[in-house]
Amino acid sequence: MSDTTHGDTGHGHGHEVEPITYTQSDERGRILLGLDEHRSRRTDTSQRAAKRAERQIAGMFTFAAICFVAAIAAYLLVPKHDIVWVPVLGNVSASNLSLGGLIGLGTLLIGVGAIQWARALMPDEEVIQERHELRGSDEAREDTIEQFRRGAQESGFMSRPIIRRSLLGAMALFPLPIAFLLGDLGTAPDDKLRHTAWGNKPRTRILNQGSGQMVRPEDLAVGGLINAIPVGLTELEEQEGSQNARAKAAIILVRMNPDEIKSTQGPNWDYEGIVAYSKICTHVGCPISLYQQRTHSLLCPCHQSTFDLSDSGRAVFGPAARHMPQLQLDVDSEGYLVAVGDFAEPVGPSFWERG
Amino acid sequence: MSTSTQPSTPVGKTARWVDDRYTTSNALRRNLGKVFPDHWSFMLGEVALYSFVILLLSGTYLTLFFKPSMVDVIYNGTYVPLKGVKMTEAYASSLDISFDVRGGLLMRQIHHWAALFFVGAMTIHMFRVFFTGAFRKPREVNWVIGTVLVLLGIVEGFAGYSLPDDLLSGTGLRITQGIASAIPIVGTYVSFGLFGGEFPGTDFLPRLYAIHILLIPGIILALVTAHLLMVWYQKHTQWPGPGRTENNVVGYRFFPVYMAKAGGFFFIVFGVTTLISAFVTINPVWMFGPYTPDQVSAGSQPDWYMGFLDGAVRVMPNLELVFWHHTLSLNLIVPAVVLPGIMTLLLGAYPWIEQFVTGDKREHHLLDRPRNTPTRTALGVTAITFYLMLWVSGANDIIATTFESSINAITISLRILLFVVPPIAFTITKRICLSLQRRDNDKLLHGHETGRLLRLPHGEFVEIHAPLTQKEQAEILGKVDMPVLALETVDANGVAAPWALVNNLRNRLSSWFYAINVAKPSPAELEAAAGHFSHVSAVELEATHRHREFEALGGVLHQPSEDESVNH
Ligand code: FES
Repeated sequence: MSDTTHGDTGHGHGHEVEPITYTQSDERGRILLGLDEHRSRRTDTSQRAAKRAERQIAGMFTFAAICFVAAIAAYLLVPKHDIVWVPVLGNVSASNLSLGGLIGLGTLLIGVGAIQWARALMPDEEVIQERHELRGSDEAREDTIEQFRRGAQESGFMSRPIIRRSLLGAMALFPLPIAFLLGDLGTAPDDKLRHTAWGNKPRTRILNQGSGQMVRPEDLAVGGLINAIPVGLTELEEQEGSQNARAKAAIILVRMNPDEIKSTQGPNWDYEGIVAYSKICTHVGCPISLYQQRTHSLLCPCHQSTFDLSDSGRAVFGPAARHMPQLQLDVDSEGYLVAVGDFAEPVGPSFWERG
Repeated sequence: MSTSTQPSTPVGKTARWVDDRYTTSNALRRNLGKVFPDHWSFMLGEVALYSFVILLLSGTYLTLFFKPSMVDVIYNGTYVPLKGVKMTEAYASSLDISFDVRGGLLMRQIHHWAALFFVGAMTIHMFRVFFTGAFRKPREVNWVIGTVLVLLGIVEGFAGYSLPDDLLSGTGLRITQGIASAIPIVGTYVSFGLFGGEFPGTDFLPRLYAIHILLIPGIILALVTAHLLMVWYQKHTQWPGPGRTENNVVGYRFFPVYMAKAGGFFFIVFGVTTLISAFVTINPVWMFGPYTPDQVSAGSQPDWYMGFLDGAVRVMPNLELVFWHHTLSLNLIVPAVVLPGIMTLLLGAYPWIEQFVTGDKREHHLLDRPRNTPTRTALGVTAITFYLMLWVSGANDIIATTFESSINAITISLRILLFVVPPIAFTITKRICLSLQRRDNDKLLHGHETGRLLRLPHGEFVEIHAPLTQKEQAEILGKVDMPVLALETVDANGVAAPWALVNNLRNRLSSWFYAINVAKPSPAELEAAAGHFSHVSAVELEATHRHREFEALGGVLHQPSEDESVNH
């Protein structure tokens, strides 16, 4: 092999350090200096230091082994629901702490021991190895090209264009049926995004999510806010086996002084100052929860879009571009607040066909 | 076949058995003694690799207990606050892993921490490769693989923390769905395809699970293997230093030194990850509650590697176009699709971009010190600054509450700063690099200050300057002074050459890239300085003899006089 350890290159020990010469350079203008003299470690020169390192390393490995045995004991003995209080950490799981601490310490010790072994006792004189050329020889290149030519000729790939073209055509079509197999990944969108559970029947009553009661106008004081869903949503979810309906139908109700309302999305869509807006942000669909009653603004926690509920739910700031869709409110004969019909537009994030 | 040596030990016999069939001796003979160069920064890639191994191990464990199902169940485990609550099986099994499987919480936390380290180490490893020019020929393809790996790591991490189906992860999925819907033309179908219909549906988690535990890790594993094979075959780059040239590798042999160090380092990474997981809680899914599309946990932050995307989405102005009954959400596709796409492309193509500018098609095995290529370093810092600004933007709400200022004002300033700060970072970095180079030259010619004073016979005090060690000098002298490109723009007859425009552009770019740089001292200047050092050290030696209070001065006198002119 062409390797050299610079120890072999004649650097003696003990005599004067050779002055550095700056005469060697490579074709890129670097000034190259030779390897500097190897400095022996204490473990090279002193038998005792080497022995000490040996004991130290073996000690780490032994301690690691003890850690692993202790970890097994911890697995068997520490009750899994025990909580212990540890300074700084607070209340933590005793099982997690003991298992992790012991396994972690054990593996760490193996690692530190191995590296210490390499550093203190394995050779630390640098070895020089030549790089091989990455490029193939001209001969190899020509030979390869020749082989290709021969193969291409023998197969007739170039001389029989009908075979070639028909094969390429078939290969091009091959992925298509497989792509079509993905068609049943999902149902067709149809107009699903344009309807919500509010439109399932006219004049749907409104369920207060906090109390579980149907909402009457007097439940809401000026400045108040209620998170709500249509009555019957839970049963619908049960039936559909998914939360799809909830993801579109969640609303918030807020009440303000009727004269504070600058506009609504339709004539008289509020009921005596109570307005109902979709809870699903028109940006990318986070449910909105922060309402500032002084400014009537609704702030989305995801990207801080802000909507003015006194002004048709207009998007006043942030990355959302569209207002929050509004529901028209009324009161039924028994005095419950109802949504007259569905939203007039799709709720939630935009999509290509939305228009 | 040879009968010259008959193995007697079991290991020897096994080795013979294998070699009889697979000629393993051929490859091992060549590779066991392979030399690997050493430098602390080479460990960053190792951290990434080992984190990946930890992820595979801990992830396999988690699959034994996790149920990727969106079927609703009523929770009846040991975590009291959620008893009787309706949730998906995925979330319930995450709770079980955390509370009812011994060591389950540890494995979950190891898995999560290792994921953070994996992406983090890859990112910093990429910085290392960039700033030292290790991506140059012949390693361009490995750079591209690395870029893809970082990208896959981010996607994989995101998929992973979406699986437990807690309120936090569900919110992330909601955002993903919103962004998917915003893709022009096919977006709605992409979203319906992913989720099996409307959001959230019941199909997505099992699908995501298959992607998370099979598809992406499989690709990552294949790419990591290719990455390592290339490193092995092309041999590692090395730092400039004594004895190092473009044609050699100086370091330690694979067996045993490198193996012991790298193997030991794996255990250290494993140990540290485990210890952190024992002591520091991460992603306490039980605190967030099950996902439901009409609730959100306030102040929720994604894992760090998603921060830049989140920030980009936050600071984007609300541009949305509606035309011919179609909606184009620029406010989403620009920050969440176009921007990351461009960032990835620029990153992956950088080796070729730089080659275009410098015209440098030579092989490079000796690394650049970042200061020695000021423009590249400044470009890198600019890109990182831009990335960090996006990341900071992801915390605009936290900044607003911390400094009690309006979120609107913060967001607007961030929009401006995003384009103002990076160029400033460029200028500053370039200047720092140049002055570091000057300092290097200075140290070569005048040594470094030792802070020790020497009193000359006639009473004058001078400071002792110690010459740099051979290692320090070699590192500085390994710098390449690059020529600026001078491509033909007119042919012999003074007529514009066919590629005149491109060549002109390249000449200019190359001059921007290389022109302002500090030349290193010539051999003659270095010899002179060395002579000066030994001359003064003779004076010093005498002085030492006379003044017994100075013993064993390894240094040299610095006389700031005529030699000052040698500097640049
Ligand atoms: S989802 Fe509401 S601002 Fe982005």
